[in-house]
Amino acid sequence: MSAAVFGLCGAAAVGLGLYGLITHPQLLRKILAFNLLGAGVFLVFGVVAHRGAAAGFGGDPVPQALVITGMVVAFAATALAVALLLRLFQATGSATWRADAASQASDGPAGT
Amino acid sequence: MNMAFAFDCGLAVVVTGVAGWIVLTRATFGAVAGFVGFGLLLTLAWVRLAAIDVALTEAAIGSLAGALMLSATARLRPREPTTAVGPGPMSRVVAALLSAVIAAALAAAVLSLPDPAPTLTPAAAEHAAATGLGNPVTNVLMAFRAMDTLLEKVVLLLALVGVWSLAPDRFWGGRPSLLRRVEPGGTLDFLARLLPPVGIVAGIYVLWEGANHPGGAFQGGTILASMWLLVLMAGIAEAPAVGSRRLRLTLIAGPSVFFAVGLGGLFLGDAFLAYPEAVAKPVILVIEFAMTLTVTVTLALFLAGPPTREPFP
Repeated sequence: MSAAVFGLCGAAAVGLGLYGLITHPQLLRKILAFNLLGAGVFLVFGVVAHRGAAAGFGGDPVPQALVITGMVVAFAATALAVALLLRLFQATGSATWRADAASQASDGPAGT
Repeated sequence: MNMAFAFDCGLAVVVTGVAGWIVLTRATFGAVAGFVGFGLLLTLAWVRLAAIDVALTEAAIGSLAGALMLSATARLRPREPTTAVGPGPMSRVVAALLSAVIAAALAAAVLSLPDPAPTLTPAAAEHAAATGLGNPVTNVLMAFRAMDTLLEKVVLLLALVGVWSLAPDRFWGGRPSLLRRVEPGGTLDFLARLLPPVGIVAGIYVLWEGANHPGGAFQGGTILASMWLLVLMAGIAEAPAVGSRRLRLTLIAGPSVFFAVGLGGLFLGDAFLAYPEAVAKPVILVIEFAMTLTVTVTLALFLAGPPTREPFP
């Protein structure tokens, strides 16, 4: 029963992460939000693992092992994303998704 | 039971609250600080889900990811716009609706999971004797689904190559530099001399115990990596040049030993990555030690970032 509570918590983390990913203009915040989304997915999977407890084990070891692998890969991706972000900052002096650049492109024809 | 349930509910509320803080707070630094706390709280949640191996990984990875984000924040901060232009209110409402719908669908799925839950636990328990390892998760990682673990190590390596390749041309083959120099005799300098002996023993212990208890190559490697980072940050040792042959051999040690054992299984045993049953445990330990070496160096170099100094002539 109590495992389901963490499942709901994971679902909430996915929702919050997705919202942050879409709405934050700063790229570092997007990376943070994406990690939040991933953590929520892992947590939901952890609940599935917990429900599969049998044979004296506290949880199904297969999904648990997959979550561990997933966390490692997520960290590697995060490290790459942060490195890309820092390089972008070095090259352009900006670490923000510029909404004005996108709107300029769409406003262009209207202005002329 | 009720006490435990109350604790779980409280923990879930706090975790969700911190997740909300990370997304909604204005200051980036506050969000990153929240992220570090989020990782630690998740560790508790994993313990409550009886997944101690995952909890150890979360604690280890959460702290490394926190350190990565903090150093990125410090590098970006001077130029961070105080009022960044976000999407308009209309887009925000649409994004919020979309996120809420997805979260609700996921919550509904969690609440309506099938009742005799599908599980591979009996299968994992049945074949545990074949490898001689007592920790079911290590069994899955190193034997039953060894292919995943092998490919994961390759992904780590590819990501590191990606990070390195972001260096400007003239620094290629040079050394990465960690954020700041410290004054000798300061706290960081002191800790960097005091902690590594203890941390190295703890890391190897976690690796060794991973055979029978929660722990393993990855968790042990993370502890070792943090010890190395401490020494690098205090300026006691230099980060290795990315062009160094010794470094590169260390980096490929884990995947290549793993791959060689896999190929051996193809020729001597039944299939790729099939371990001969009589020596399964020693073989797995050899792979784990090689992997720990690679994990330690890779993780530390992720935090060190691309090379920023020209290679010495």
